[in-house]
Amino acid sequence: MAIPLIYNVRSIRRRWTSSIVAVLGIAGAVGVFVAMLAMARGFQATLVQSGSPGNALVMRAGASSEMVSAVTLDQERIIESAPGVARHDGQPIVSPEVIVMAPFPLVSTGTDANVQVRGVSARALEVRPTVHMLAGRFLRAGLNELVVGRNAVNTYQGLGLGRTVTFGGGTWTIVGVFDAGGTAFDSEVWADATILDQVYNRPTNIYQSVTIHLTSPAAFQAFKDALIADPRLNVDVQQEQEYYRKQSQALTTLITVLGTIVGAIMGIGAVFGALNTMYSAVAERAREVATMRAIGFGPLSVVVSFMIEAIVIAGIGGILGGLAVLPLNGFTASTLNFQTFSNIAFAFRVTPGLLAGGLLFALFMGLVGGTPPAIRAARRPVSVALREL
Amino acid sequence: MVRVDGGGDGTSLVTVRNLGKTYRRGSEEIHVLQGLNLDVDPGDFVAFMGPSGSGKTTLLNLLGGLDVPTTGSIRVAGDEITSMSAGKLTAWRARHVGFVFQMFNLLPVLTAYQNVELPLLLTRLSRRERREHVETALAVVGLADRMHHYPRELSGGQEQRVAIARAVVTDPTFLLCDEPTGDLDRRSADEVLEMIAQLVSEYRKTVLLVTHDPRAAERAHVLLHLDKGVLVEAQRADLVR
Repeated sequence: MAIPLIYNVRSIRRRWTSSIVAVLGIAGAVGVFVAMLAMARGFQATLVQSGSPGNALVMRAGASSEMVSAVTLDQERIIESAPGVARHDGQPIVSPEVIVMAPFPLVSTGTDANVQVRGVSARALEVRPTVHMLAGRFLRAGLNELVVGRNAVNTYQGLGLGRTVTFGGGTWTIVGVFDAGGTAFDSEVWADATILDQVYNRPTNIYQSVTIHLTSPAAFQAFKDALIADPRLNVDVQQEQEYYRKQSQALTTLITVLGTIVGAIMGIGAVFGALNTMYSAVAERAREVATMRAIGFGPLSVVVSFMIEAIVIAGIGGILGGLAVLPLNGFTASTLNFQTFSNIAFAFRVTPGLLAGGLLFALFMGLVGGTPPAIRAARRPVSVALREL
Repeated sequence: MVRVDGGGDGTSLVTVRNLGKTYRRGSEEIHVLQGLNLDVDPGDFVAFMGPSGSGKTTLLNLLGGLDVPTTGSIRVAGDEITSMSAGKLTAWRARHVGFVFQMFNLLPVLTAYQNVELPLLLTRLSRRERREHVETALAVVGLADRMHHYPRELSGGQEQRVAIARAVVTDPTFLLCDEPTGDLDRRSADEVLEMIAQLVSEYRKTVLLVTHDPRAAERAHVLLHLDKGVLVEAQRADLVR
């Protein structure tokens, strides 16, 4: 039979000043760990959700991002006639697009940050049905008009509805604000592709990517096979979602690795805190432990009892750490996307899985910090410990 | 009948033969107990006296299975405890020994009821049966109305009575009391001694008690003197008041 749990719970409460050191150490480690991973998950989700499973993205073969890709008008015509392309009134739902970077001052610091300006076709909203206008209207082809993502409006100065901005040598009027559901598009500014090419002195018959709305996600393979087999084309075809997943990989991996390293370093500190707390608990209660051993509780009962105590302390720390970072859920921040060198806004995602992971991390710290003191408590000779004051 | 000459027939409740305990401090060997013999029958009340460092507590620890002797044997109710593994010895203690310590050794975070219930958690008794046992034990020591008090809410004498209730609640083979009045004022000490004497006279408990207190010793049936590791029967007239 085990030593009653109430003994451990009340002992923790009785020695709360000592217990709180371990609790706070563990809470801090869990909080940082969960916050860093919430940042990585948020960034990843923002990009991955940008892609639609029913869309395909075509770029030049070997291009790792739209920035370094080129697709000619002739190629675009071949692509839109491929099997699996969705049509509306007989017209293919495709959007040949160009990308430029334009500097805009951040609201937070006033310093310039790179904003991704996407030159789109008139069918851009049909290709991306999740994007809808929040205010104003969509841009008209052939005019120097912009529509701005809702995060971009809040992140950069001067991008409000009705304002005019100058970049690339052209003056543009902001005619609408769109909502892309918290995806990467919300950090973008959209213009007419042809006008953008002209302003930037680029040839108007070359795009950087073509986004195609397919008849269904299942149509992707046939569409891809047709393009790859066409000798007139030298392109890479991927699902839009896969493209954005790859875009998120570098920064997500970096944040995850950094978060794990920082969490691990703080975790080591927290384990020492737990060790200290539990060693002092064992020392202070040597006679109590000896009494229980004399009464007939075995060494294993003592080990389990102190382990449970350490785990309870760690569990409280884990829960507090999780609660502390919970308000971060949905908090929007922006950072540089290493793949495109553009600024992207994303929301922290504190998911149930992350909280569970944080709690497991805390319990692991408790287990590591509780084991040596628990073993020491059980191994101390009873007759010696009974004489402890 | 208590004997210290090793002449018992081996049918006693406690039979100790040629018991020795040696501690090593560096290269020096300290012989605390040497060739000690003892026979104790059920219902005996034995007091051990002797100067500090004479080995009284060591003897009690050996009899209670808290320590192992260097030489000799201890047989309790037919069980040879000196050859038991640590695990078996732990289970044996739970079944056969009730400890009463000088400083009471109650767990401060548990109530009187929970402290007394502790040894019963090692039995197969149901919760209801445990409650009946605990209430009975606390009633015997006159603390039924204090069962939900914490040790800090009790006087020293009351704490020791709770400790006695804890020691007897499993109806052990014998009680080992190590200076049970050492931390008590005169009046509380008398109450505790009366309680222990009552356990012997009314409930036929076997009690082995270590003490410096002559008033405690004079309550025992037999007074044994331990000096330089050797046990001898003392006369009551030897008690210095």
